[in-house]
Amino acid sequence: MARRRTKAASFPVDHNDVELIRSGHPPRWKNPEPNGPYNLVVIGAGPAGLTAAREAAALGAKVALIERGLIGGARVNVGCIPSKSLTRTARLYADMRDAESFGGDTPDHLHVDFERAMMRMRQIRQRISRADSAATLVAEGIELYFGEARFAGQDTVTVAGRTLQFRKALVATGARPALPEVPGLAEAGYLSNETLFDLTKCPQRLLVIGGGPLGCETAQAFCLLGAKVILAQREPMFLPGEERDAAQILSDALAREGVEVRLNTEVVAVRRDGGKKLADLLRDDDTTTISVDEIVTGIGRSPNVDGLGLEAAGVAYDAAGIKVDDFLKTTNSRIYAAGDVCLAYKYTHTAEASARIVVQNALFLGRKRLSELVIPWCTYTDPEIAHVGLYPAAARQNGIPVKTYTVLMHDVARAVMDGEEEGFVKIHVREGSDTILGATVVASHAGEMINAVSLAIKSGMGLQALADVIHPFPTQAQGIKMAGDAYRRTQFTSSWRQATTRWLARSRR
Amino acid sequence: MHRLPRAEPATLSDDELLDRYQRAAFGYFLDHVNPDNGLVADTSRPNSPASIAVVGFALSCYPIGVERGWMTREAAVALTLAALRFFAISPQGNGDEVTGHKGFYYHFLDMRTGLRVWRCELSMVDTALLIAGMLVASAYFCADTDEETEIRQLAEALYRRVDWRWAQGSSPTLRQGWKPKSGFLHYGWEGYNEATILYVLSMAAPDSPTSDDSYEAWTATYQWENIYGYDVLYGGPLFMHQFSHAWIDFAGIRDAFMREKDSDYFENSRRSTHLHRDYARHNPYGFDGYSENLWGLSAGDGPGGFRASVERRRHRFSGYAARGAPFGPDDGTIAPWSYPASLPFAPDICLAALRHLGDRFPEVIENFRLPSGFNPTLANRRKFGRNGWVSEGHYGLDQGIAAMMIENHRSRLVWELMRSNPHILRGLRKAGFSGGWLSEPASPAGGGDGA
Repeated sequence: MARRRTKAASFPVDHNDVELIRSGHPPRWKNPEPNGPYNLVVIGAGPAGLTAAREAAALGAKVALIERGLIGGARVNVGCIPSKSLTRTARLYADMRDAESFGGDTPDHLHVDFERAMMRMRQIRQRISRADSAATLVAEGIELYFGEARFAGQDTVTVAGRTLQFRKALVATGARPALPEVPGLAEAGYLSNETLFDLTKCPQRLLVIGGGPLGCETAQAFCLLGAKVILAQREPMFLPGEERDAAQILSDALAREGVEVRLNTEVVAVRRDGGKKLADLLRDDDTTTISVDEIVTGIGRSPNVDGLGLEAAGVAYDAAGIKVDDFLKTTNSRIYAAGDVCLAYKYTHTAEASARIVVQNALFLGRKRLSELVIPWCTYTDPEIAHVGLYPAAARQNGIPVKTYTVLMHDVARAVMDGEEEGFVKIHVREGSDTILGATVVASHAGEMINAVSLAIKSGMGLQALADVIHPFPTQAQGIKMAGDAYRRTQFTSSWRQATTRWLARSRR
Repeated sequence: MHRLPRAEPATLSDDELLDRYQRAAFGYFLDHVNPDNGLVADTSRPNSPASIAVVGFALSCYPIGVERGWMTREAAVALTLAALRFFAISPQGNGDEVTGHKGFYYHFLDMRTGLRVWRCELSMVDTALLIAGMLVASAYFCADTDEETEIRQLAEALYRRVDWRWAQGSSPTLRQGWKPKSGFLHYGWEGYNEATILYVLSMAAPDSPTSDDSYEAWTATYQWENIYGYDVLYGGPLFMHQFSHAWIDFAGIRDAFMREKDSDYFENSRRSTHLHRDYARHNPYGFDGYSENLWGLSAGDGPGGFRASVERRRHRFSGYAARGAPFGPDDGTIAPWSYPASLPFAPDICLAALRHLGDRFPEVIENFRLPSGFNPTLANRRKFGRNGWVSEGHYGLDQGIAAMMIENHRSRLVWELMRSNPHILRGLRKAGFSGGWLSEPASPAGGGDGA
């Protein structure tokens, strides 16, 4: 990789970013002239909008796609693509530090080149964005408009002085980071996931507010890149809603890597002090003040609903976003919503899945339901934490008896070979059956491993059937099969065993 | 208390060995009690405050001392009364300079004044352990003397005045703690743990019981798992499978959850004990010493908060913490008092472990009294000696659970006393327990309600 020095601290940082803009929002772009009503007008060119526009166009629909910023949305520009790219570099440094435990030789002096890590991230971001360039979309038959979209009535949208008529519209405007209400935070300055990736120097001391997925991923990555990280979480554990054992393992991993973990801790005030930022942390009755260089916060996401003229179109919304029914229809039957602007689960993959539902329902009289989706999710810390389906507590609250088959990763041969034996596979079944209700996987590659369970749930396979799926040996995904094996062993009841023993005894005669 | 002459553990019979360990554990309370107010130090370290839970264990252990001839009934009555009288007159309220609030008590108290120290929390579960000790005293001291009558009356009054309903906050489950400025602590307290006795006592309270849905709401967070081939209601640290069991014999009685799973909590503790042993055999992090006879992760003292590489593996060591298996945290620190504390559930493997400890790590044990924890992985590292890190002194909780569980294993004394207690019976039934000894006709012995 060629090394270029970049000093700029705001986007675009380097030539990769300039390329990103050139393909994602070309300067001197000329919007098309609308020519009759569209089958589908899509507002927002993030994962949901792109998926819907492409699917509809591929099926022969006349489609308009409107974007005010860069094509790609949060995912490419400020979301999981830059963050997971950076995580890879962070993991590399962690492995270098741990080289001895892998039978290697730990370098005597390990220098973290933060600029280089960020440049790699920008290169990757630019490369992935190419698939969604403006030119590509036009070539796919999509009429692409840049500008602020605004509903002018029940079936019209205006953009950059043009009025677009539609039979159906999709609002896929996404969400932006929500700022926690901490007095002084805005004045003192902070980084969100939208500005974090413009950093050119690693902050020495970093306070991360919020121990959800984003907070934990950011804290771990920056810690491994050499920052002294303090992670403050209001709740008693990280990843609220996740299983406590998963959160426990993550807590231990963060602490072991050197993140200063502050649970049950609220940041109550922030102020500037010279070049530093002082933050007051409240835990129970006690307040302590810490001094840091930067503060990162990304607690929650706020849906982008302002300025769209939703009132003019009769589309209801509140602080949680646009209101949709199970078919993703808004209160205006011509208008649908998909992705972060309306969904509780704000992930790229749910945005794309919901967009596919919209294309079916809006254009082809489909009756596909959001609630029928099997949605996995994953937090990309090390180990990763992936989940699909029901949690045991939710099942029990609904009166469903649950039993969990647990395999420890330290019993999975490949995980031991890889030095990645932290974590577990837990598959939850309805007690007395092998019907899979859900699963949680904590493992270095949990996001890859969970897919087998998602597939099983989606296709109605039971845990017994998972035991019959042959996995190449050795693989870490063997852990999934081993949960099936554990289930099968419990089926060898004493009466069954007596019967087989009798049969085998007779066979010896 | 005079020290026993040193004996070679290997030459002792099982019962002799247990007797030594039990007597040593029991001795902690006589060594560290303030006879003026009955408060007992949390640890044997200099300037340790009292812990209300340790007082609960002490009150439960005095009857054992009397029965075993380790103290006179008069001395036991005197210490019991000192504690009950102290709590009865101690200041309550939501301000400073108090001992408790709403009938609950702060976790740590000054040994002399009995006032809150360390800005600690008002503790629901520790209050429950204290009250459980009071109820043991009221069941055991059933003589028709002025002093023993006073014990029964005070125990009843102190139990009745606890405002359990308040401790639910705005939720059906009980809160873990409370502080004057911040109110209820919102610590996650989900899943099975040591709190069963808290729920039983709170539901049975005559005056301010928790709402009837509290126990069910708590058990809704339980997770039934098949781990290493055992079907268990999971609780990571072993103490979760021991503390409530020191007072209540859960063998054969079942609530709705255990009826659904066709098991009981005693059996669950047995399996969990075996699970800890299996975990130590797996020893995924490669800690020194772990084996089928050296196991037991629990809440207890630890070597301190630091990160270190041992044998090219990076570990993070902790101070006082709840360690658990198989999901951790695990820093190689063993809680050896787990063996007597799990004795009734799995006597064979616990005795084997206790003997192994005496053979392999004799210097960790001080006159049969077990430390809170030790860490052989740290042997000859940092400033630690050849046994690794060994917790300094002793913790009252560890000694109390050891003395009680050895007694339950030997004579079932505490279990039998509590079976006769009407509050415990009522609480268990309100929580939905039935079957086993709960279905048997009530025994006429004991005088729980002091009436």
